[in-house]
Amino acid sequence: MQISMNVKKSFGHFTLSTDITFSGDRIGIFGKSGSGKSTLVSMLAGLVDPDDGDIVLDGVCFFSSRKRINLRPEQRRIAMVFQQHCLFPHLNVKHNLLYGFKRCPLKYRTIDFNALVDVLKLEELLGRGVTNLSGGEKQRVALGRAILANPRLLLMDEPLSALDDTLRFQIIPYLKSVSEQFGIPYLFISHSLVEMRLMTDTVLAFEKGVMVGQSSSEQLARNRMGSSQVGYINLLKLGRPSDDGSLYAYPWGASRLLLSAGSDRDSSMAELSSKDIILFKQHPEAISARNLLHCTVRSLFNSERRIGVELDCAGNTLISEVVQDAVSELGIVPGSTVFAAVKASAFRILPG
Amino acid sequence: MIPLAPSDYDAIRLSLQVALAATVLSIPFGFGVAYLITFVKFRGKMVLEVFVNLPLTLPPVVVGYFLLLLLGKHGWLGSLLNDAGIRLIFTLKAAVIASAVVGFPLLVRSLRVGMEGIDRQLINASRTLGAAWYDTLLTVILPLSAPGLLAGSSLMFARSLGEFGATIIVAGNIPGVTQTIPLAIYEYASSPTSETMALALCLVSVVISLVVLFMHELLARKMARRD
Repeated sequence: MQISMNVKKSFGHFTLSTDITFSGDRIGIFGKSGSGKSTLVSMLAGLVDPDDGDIVLDGVCFFSSRKRINLRPEQRRIAMVFQQHCLFPHLNVKHNLLYGFKRCPLKYRTIDFNALVDVLKLEELLGRGVTNLSGGEKQRVALGRAILANPRLLLMDEPLSALDDTLRFQIIPYLKSVSEQFGIPYLFISHSLVEMRLMTDTVLAFEKGVMVGQSSSEQLARNRMGSSQVGYINLLKLGRPSDDGSLYAYPWGASRLLLSAGSDRDSSMAELSSKDIILFKQHPEAISARNLLHCTVRSLFNSERRIGVELDCAGNTLISEVVQDAVSELGIVPGSTVFAAVKASAFRILPG
Repeated sequence: MIPLAPSDYDAIRLSLQVALAATVLSIPFGFGVAYLITFVKFRGKMVLEVFVNLPLTLPPVVVGYFLLLLLGKHGWLGSLLNDAGIRLIFTLKAAVIASAVVGFPLLVRSLRVGMEGIDRQLINASRTLGAAWYDTLLTVILPLSAPGLLAGSSLMFARSLGEFGATIIVAGNIPGVTQTIPLAIYEYASSPTSETMALALCLVSVVISLVVLFMHELLARKMARRD
């Protein structure tokens, strides 16, 4: 999928002005509230008309002020999943799901209804009204409804922001697997770097109506480390834990980590902030942190007066955040070895 | 038992007939106008709003007089209709038109309130799922406007039942032809010997109004439960 947008749109004092071309199947649009990301996708979907410019998707011109082209939303085949699910309250789950499917031109009506219902685990809900569904169920129905329309592009406008943490991480696998299984590229809009890293490959960052960068989601998270209150969030894939006294021992690649929280799942994802990793040049004699990892420094990077240290811990990667003075004092350079100390309580097992 | 004369039964039948016809015929226009005002941006929207609401503020007699000027034999529209062999003034059709014009603002206002309560994102969702604007209108806006439509049509029906001023100007007060309940009451009230008959029709009027309002409440609750 390739999108080219050279558009301008003004609302009062706010102006969105962008000239971008990007390609990929898992694109992210990142920015704070009011940065213009929702306006951008609304223009792409045909819900908001640009004041001026051109929008082209895979060679199809959707909008051109010069050529006086403006395809209507229903002609664009771009489906949206909204922040507030936007299910039709007068229709039950099944009829909500079929809304886009019935309006999809026959030649594109290729998504198998039963297969989708199966993937999204909606079988039990089909006959129910939508008003009494939980937030997660509603968002799964909204996702299914959009996929059944077999769009050429799926726009997800902060689909997780109205959900609590538990539901958010339960929905992410559905969002990913559905678009992958049915081969539908998507544009994912969010202000969460963690969501960006879990959902996208390439990210366009917006600020005050202007695109300020295009990078991989991983690179974006590293660039923002110094300016973020929570630092860089390491996402660790852990195995099934076993009891280890008062703590839980999780397999982590070739090594293991001690965490204060347990899990009954075979695999879990854990968050660890770069601010919660303390580096030592030598093995400390006595330390309260339950995890002491012998690591090799792979690389260093700057982010807003902070230094990110990329560590290789027995084949696993960790990012620690330190100040410049610490780098000098400890002699941290690529190839040097350090000990990384992490408290067992510093990890957070992601729900889902 | 309420004492009613045969002409009273005619008045009741005609009142219900006029109110029902005025309400049913106004619904498509009311829906269209409410849709335009709520969802469409265009120049002169305020002027349209003012004109739609004008009968609400004007004395019904004034509305009736304007209708007479418009639909009368020598009126702008009346002369054209007269040439085509259609006569409206002093017929039941004129009573329906008078009731429709006077009650129309109530219908549009309620529909507007209903439409303004529809989340715009639902409309956007419908459009991005492949529905054209008229498809969205029929499958999303219309069903979600149902409470507004119910409220508006009940109000308009009730208002039509009570319509007097405009009706007497354009339809006259012809027993069995254009005489509705208010007009019959007026006639009874003008005669000192018909006090009981006037009171009987007043009671009928109250009963009909109560039935309409109760039915409206019941339907509204049923809709709220369904939501």
